[in-house]
Amino acid sequence: MKRYSAFAVAREALSYHTGWGRAWRAPEPKPRYDVIIVGAGGHGLATAYYLGKNFGITNVAVLEKGWLGGGNTGRNTTIIRSNYLQDPSAAIYEKSRALYENLSQDLNYNVMFSPRGVIMLAQTEHEVRGYRRTAHANALQGVTTEWISPARVKELVPIINLDGPRYPVLGGLWQARGGTARHDAVAWGYARACSAMGMDIIQQCEVTGVRREGGKVMGVDTTRGAIDCDKLGIVVAGHSGVLADMAGFRLPIESVALQALVSEPIKPCMDVVVMANTVHGYMSQSDKGEMVIGGGADGYNNYTQRGSFHHVEETVRALIETFPMISRLKMLRQWGGIVDMTGDRSPILSKTPVEGVFINCGWGTGGFKAIPGSGWGMAELIAKGHSPLTDAFSLDRFKEGRFIDESVAAGVAH
Amino acid sequence: MLILTCPYCGVDAEETELAPGGEAHLKRFGPGASDEEFRDYLFARENPKGVHFERWRHAHGCGKWFHAARCTMTLEVFGTYPAQTTKPPKAIREAITAKRPGWTWREFE
Ligand SMILES: Cc1cc2nc3c(=O)[nH]c(=O)nc-3n(C[C@H](O)[C@H](O)[C@H](O)COP(=O)(O)OP(=O)(O)OC[C@H]3O[C@@H](n4cnc5c(N)ncnc54)[C@H](O)[C@@H]3O)c2cc1C
Ligand SMILES: [Zn+2]
Repeated sequence: MKRYSAFAVAREALSYHTGWGRAWRAPEPKPRYDVIIVGAGGHGLATAYYLGKNFGITNVAVLEKGWLGGGNTGRNTTIIRSNYLQDPSAAIYEKSRALYENLSQDLNYNVMFSPRGVIMLAQTEHEVRGYRRTAHANALQGVTTEWISPARVKELVPIINLDGPRYPVLGGLWQARGGTARHDAVAWGYARACSAMGMDIIQQCEVTGVRREGGKVMGVDTTRGAIDCDKLGIVVAGHSGVLADMAGFRLPIESVALQALVSEPIKPCMDVVVMANTVHGYMSQSDKGEMVIGGGADGYNNYTQRGSFHHVEETVRALIETFPMISRLKMLRQWGGIVDMTGDRSPILSKTPVEGVFINCGWGTGGFKAIPGSGWGMAELIAKGHSPLTDAFSLDRFKEGRFIDESVAAGVAH
Repeated sequence: MLILTCPYCGVDAEETELAPGGEAHLKRFGPGASDEEFRDYLFARENPKGVHFERWRHAHGCGKWFHAARCTMTLEVFGTYPAQTTKPPKAIREAITAKRPGWTWREFE
């Protein structure tokens, strides 16, 4: 792998930039791997990366039915924050946020992490109490967040309308080191680093069956033939139920569509991320100047990656009340992704009823921020059988009633 | 946009008129059930990519609960039927078979 640097740009300029190699190889599948990861989204690729980096396990394949990063990783609105409520969540989300701080250096790939700050607006008395509580919990967890006044909100977001008729802004939960990153770059950076360690990322390779013998995994069937493995990591977000079905177990997961949209590009007007969970909308401005907008998820099971107009209308209506100046903006694109929702709005990182099969799913509407931390924990779980980052997120919690309730922190989403 | 016909009032209702109620035909477990049964009743879901049976409520219409058979991959609706049943009626199952031969869902086919 050629290292990327200012020097390399200058050197390649001498040959008119025709000498750059591919960022990752496109190998044929081998008959057997130590570990197979299904799903080349951020979480699958990060899992593979830390398996190699932290545990020296590099005989790894990542199998992807489409193109890498083409699932939710390439469809999300890239909000990164760690201001959750429960201790296990704080641990994994803050680990993740901290890893984002140096991810570009670590991967030698610019993931454009932008810790511009995230505000979650409180627009009802109930939310005020909820976010104050979260701020206290975060203080105990060592996660730096702060409860801020409406005046401070206005200072950070001059374009906001504080006293909307229905939901005036009563304050906010502020995480100064939250922000955004470039979603594709996160997938590409991990993929390049995995490939450089000798791992095989195999695109256009759909897993169609999980082969088992005596309750233990033997390998997978794919559209490019059967492949053996010792351990299997299922990291397929919205398709987790489909893969679990192949492996013979059921999950506490429902797959629904979540959508987002972006406006035409405009001059810089908002340099923080604003989330308004009561009215179901959130917004940030991309480096290109587009306003990146998201809202609530559909309420019914759906695999169509489309979304629906009335959700767009609901989201836009809420945001216009909060940001009157966007009312005449044209929207450029709208898209959907299939998110994997759990009952307690927390992820599942766990062993499964099949020996050798591990699953990482349930990130739902908010897993982009968690990619590095989740990969870190998942790699440890696969390599050693448990991890302090993931133990609380096991499947058993649904049987034992050990829920990690983040329905408030996850709020509308993200 | 999803459109379901309410089996009670016959209205073709689009999704903003309806409230989704999750997976249909769950078997209820209560006191005395095992942890596994209770977990499955509360949380484990079919979540299929394809034929699915759901509960819906005609919230902004007659207000009644009903069932729908639907494809989660195409949003195609196979039919709707009243809530007072523990399994999809024969006519609905046949309508599905006509379009998705070989389908299964829990113990139904
Ligand atoms: C509109 C939208 C906005 C969002 N906004 C945010 C946000 O602001 N902040 C945030 O933190 N999170 C957000 N999220 C959530 C976030 O995108 C996801 O939680 C995260 O990207 C999940 O990553 P993943 O790697 O688990 O899944 P994915 O990126 O979906 O990757 C799973 C991969 O598995 C592949 N796959 C599936 N089945 C098979 C098979 N049989 N064989 C082989 N491969 C298979 C898929 O093709 C896919 O590429 C948002 C999501 C959406 C849809
Ligand atoms: Zn009706």
